[in-house]
Amino acid sequence: MEGFLPHPWWEIWYALSLPVVVYGIYTMNRLVKERRETLPLLALAGAFIFVLSSLKLPSVTGSCSHPTGAGMGAILFGPAITAVLCLIVLVYQALFLAHGGITTLGANVFSMGIAGPAVAYIVYKGCAKSNLNFYASIFLAVSLADIATYLVTSLQLALAFPSATGGVLGSFYAFGTVFAFTQFPLAVLEGVFIALIFKYVIQVKGEVMVKLKVIDEKKLRRLKGVVQA
Amino acid sequence: MRGEVIAGAVAALFIALFLYVAATDPGAEWGGADGEAEGVIDHLTDGSYEPWFSPLWEPPSGEIESLLFSLQAAIGAVIIGYFFGYYRGRRST
Repeated sequence: MEGFLPHPWWEIWYALSLPVVVYGIYTMNRLVKERRETLPLLALAGAFIFVLSSLKLPSVTGSCSHPTGAGMGAILFGPAITAVLCLIVLVYQALFLAHGGITTLGANVFSMGIAGPAVAYIVYKGCAKSNLNFYASIFLAVSLADIATYLVTSLQLALAFPSATGGVLGSFYAFGTVFAFTQFPLAVLEGVFIALIFKYVIQVKGEVMVKLKVIDEKKLRRLKGVVQA
Repeated sequence: MRGEVIAGAVAALFIALFLYVAATDPGAEWGGADGEAEGVIDHLTDGSYEPWFSPLWEPPSGEIESLLFSLQAAIGAVIIGYFFGYYRGRRST
């Protein structure tokens, strides 16, 4: 949607995203330096964003949209590092595919790389505390992050294009209808799929997840036990 | 095994949903949701909004666009396959 976010909104979203991306680059560098063993998981999280954000899927509204794939990174590494991973994908799509855009990059990093992942992170941590089943927690975190991303996109557009009759709320409803309904089945699919992927990640790299404080030792043993049974 | 069954069932449901909409709504164009959002902007501003910037480069055809999208997916898929293959292989030896 290159050029579709007018002044001053595109600058505002750039300004809001920039500090998070800078902080994300800083924490990512530190993480990779101090804990080399997390690098493969970082690559995996980035790879899922690459794959999932390239898949334009048909939905109930008769139009297509794509999942974000950012939930996995957010659960493993938190929103700041995920914002950096999303930035890479968004730049690729803006430069080579005319998808997204350079002027809308700030807004897209904010919705896909910061707001969605923040929701995933908070939901996952909340679920983990309340002792909900691990895979159900992943599902909820990833699905809600996916929907949150598109709600924020709707809000970003609504703020820039308030309706003459209904104001920002009226436009938010109009954009939300386009995005959220299309996104809902995709979000469910993404949540289920990433939850399944986590089953395999636990089998091969569970101990790194313990180090990243995603799960504790006890839970890891239990999950591995369940998987092997 | 349960996880795979659930994921398979949800995927099947997703495909069924698509087939249902495709069969009942012949007007469905299956275009991108962001294109529709551009339509909403057009409607909200009575067609007065002109994008103030255009993409620096656009894939010259739908084929080349799908090539670049496939490439994006392929790059990711190679990394994912390498990750699981490498660590599974190492565990089993």
